[in-house]
Amino acid sequence: MDWQDEGIVLSARRHGERDALLSLFTYEHGRHLGLVRGGAGRRARPLLQRGNRLSCRWRARLSEHLGSYMIEPLRLFAATVLDDALLLASLDSACGLLDAGLGERDPHPALYAPLLTLFEKLAARAEDWPQSYVRFELLLLAELGFGLDLERCAVTGGREDLAYVSPRTGRAVSRAAAGEWAPRLLPLPAFLLGGEKASEGEIAQGLRLAGHFIRRHILAPTERPLPAARERFADLWQQRMEEKGKA
Amino acid sequence: MAAAEIDRLIRLLARLPGLGPRSAQRAALAMLRRPEVLMTPLAQALLECASRIGRCRVCGNLDSRDPCTICSDEGRDAALVCVVEEVEDLWAMERASSFRGRYHVLGGTLSALEEVGPDELGIGRLLARVAEDAVREVILGLGATVEGQTTAHYLAERLRPLGVTVTRLGQGVPIGGELNYLDEGTLDAALRARRPVG
Repeated sequence: MDWQDEGIVLSARRHGERDALLSLFTYEHGRHLGLVRGGAGRRARPLLQRGNRLSCRWRARLSEHLGSYMIEPLRLFAATVLDDALLLASLDSACGLLDAGLGERDPHPALYAPLLTLFEKLAARAEDWPQSYVRFELLLLAELGFGLDLERCAVTGGREDLAYVSPRTGRAVSRAAAGEWAPRLLPLPAFLLGGEKASEGEIAQGLRLAGHFIRRHILAPTERPLPAARERFADLWQQRMEEKGKA
Repeated sequence: MAAAEIDRLIRLLARLPGLGPRSAQRAALAMLRRPEVLMTPLAQALLECASRIGRCRVCGNLDSRDPCTICSDEGRDAALVCVVEEVEDLWAMERASSFRGRYHVLGGTLSALEEVGPDELGIGRLLARVAEDAVREVILGLGATVEGQTTAHYLAERLRPLGVTVTRLGQGVPIGGELNYLDEGTLDAALRARRPVG
């Protein structure tokens, strides 16, 4: 077995003294593990940082074997965000979610380009990177079969004034239909309905919305919590918002 | 077929980092050939370290004294603390001989994969030390890795309310390094950390 692809580093663990066990989110082969010989060494370590884009060649005698990777750098995203706590936390969080949420060797090419776009935005410190981050989490849900229905109101069928999402069904609810149930529904931030700009509060709402369904549909069935990196990103976002509020 | 004692020695040596069964066998044979010169002094040194070396209760360094030699040195600036991941990083800083403050050894970095959180790293101990010892500046000497810098940002957040200056080591072109041979990540960090000449 031998194939060539490219991928994003999701995690790398030391394996013995010299090697590393690499989890790579590849374009054509999904989340795929492999051994990197010399991966614990000084040369390979900078490449094996979470979020880096690598060109890879995987080889094994049989397809069910762990196999080994030969890697080359394509774009070292991790280095571009190391100095910013929030950008670093979001890169770490996206990789943590993919590592925890995707099945092994289950291809999801539709997620690959949006992930690259998100990382390019992080590297460029683009103003709308938080919106892209939240959209990426919703795309991950949709890709795994749990997409939210934000097109029309689950109660009236109308497209007007959608303001909430049912935490049970993942369908949008209009402000009028929500009525006294509103406190029990999840707020739907306007930027997810096609708006371009988003306030910090709306991003926090988006993180809460996506986090709820990731927990419920992807992680709860296997009794796993949200990845620590995702929790940290949401906490950090909330903290920055509160600091700005005080100032 | 080696004697059981030799077998045991080889097995124990092979558990050390950097040594496999073959190299452990070579080391054991070298010691057995020159017991007076290699084996007895090594055994004595091992026993001495096992009985006398421990963690410094202030900084986490390994030493025969507690507080360690660095923490007890009155000539060092107690208001300047450099936070490092492991004892070998402290040794590296000491080799450079350019730092005259004190240290704090975390014993690792925050890592979701390895399930290492703030409690496992004794971050509370560092915060208490900074508050009690009137520390003026904390230098974060952590690795330029995702986990190292995540830990650095976390520490900076926790230290800021204490009113202490938090700095980190510079990142960029190494001494003797040529741009042509640097990876793009290091170049990117170097560009971001550029400063006026002169």
